[in-house]
Amino acid sequence: MNQPSRVKSALIWCAVVLAVLAPISLAATSPLLQWREPTYIAAGLAGVLGMTIMFMQPLLAIGALPGLSLQRSRYLHRYGGIALVLAVTVHVVGLWITSPPDVIDVLLFRSPTPFAIWGVLAMWAVFGAALLAILRFRLPLRVWRLGHTALVTLAVIGTGVHALQIIGTMEQVTKVTLSLLIGCTLFAAILRRKVWAMGVRSRRN
Amino acid sequence: MKTSPMTRRTALVLGGAAILTPATGLMHPAQAAGLAPTPTMRGGANNYRPDAPIVDRIGGGGFWMTGTVRRAGDGAPLPGQRIQMWAHTTEGHERDPHSHGATLTDANGVFRLEMPQIVPAFGQAHGHLAYDSGAFKTVFLRPLMARPSDTTLNVDFVLEPA
Repeated sequence: MNQPSRVKSALIWCAVVLAVLAPISLAATSPLLQWREPTYIAAGLAGVLGMTIMFMQPLLAIGALPGLSLQRSRYLHRYGGIALVLAVTVHVVGLWITSPPDVIDVLLFRSPTPFAIWGVLAMWAVFGAALLAILRFRLPLRVWRLGHTALVTLAVIGTGVHALQIIGTMEQVTKVTLSLLIGCTLFAAILRRKVWAMGVRSRRN
Repeated sequence: MKTSPMTRRTALVLGGAAILTPATGLMHPAQAAGLAPTPTMRGGANNYRPDAPIVDRIGGGGFWMTGTVRRAGDGAPLPGQRIQMWAHTTEGHERDPHSHGATLTDANGVFRLEMPQIVPAFGQAHGHLAYDSGAFKTVFLRPLMARPSDTTLNVDFVLEPA
């Protein structure tokens, strides 16, 4: 690796680490936490952690991170998916323990809070995308690709709207930035996936 | 020759009355309904605990929950009505018994109870209030604060007989 590319990859890694650590560390020091019990704090932070995983997933799917082979990236993408499902589960279960009637209202789509509906939508989209990944080799290739991409797109939109409408522990600037970054990395990954271009080309022929 | 009982004069008088009567408002059906009752809000009853005690203050105070209680229809103020309230505050979660308290309206149907500062929880800075004494229909409210930094929240109840 020559000198300029080494600098470039170091800068990319710095940016990625900053994009992940800044929202987590600011949420972890939010003044609201002093009035919350540990379960509620853990539930909120699991949501923030889930968002940062969501930001990493498209980068891993296309192997965009310097120093990581595509094979290694795909391997980490699978563990990222498992971690995301766990984060969403801890988020919802933690909130349920904190205030059961509020979470029941949310899951039954009768909550007075508009952001909750987007959160539930994103949750089912994440679970659906993970289910497709488990069933991947039993599915037709096109169903897997289109299905996984459509569901993670839904999850990203749902999560962004969910987070932006909440008055919570996330700091405003890092929340907006992380939401935009999640959307941008997903969009870039979809554009970079050569299979779509190949699909278009083969249909044309 | 037979003359019609409807003379020109009666036609004018009846016609004029038919036009003027609705204009006076006497036939307006909404007037009978008057002030509409406050509907229960979605999520208003979440973490409700029946029979919260009437207190002078909830916890250390610093935040004022205020409002009025009136009768549906004529809007008459209702004195001596018990209003219950709870919220996520600097001193506890909504579910905690010490986050709950109640007060009575004064002679003018006004209530005022000091409680700890409400802080945002579950995405919004909000309070919960209930009228649940039985003489009127039960109402659960979940008002939002305009800003999380607000130190007061005003809530008006209009109750209809049970």
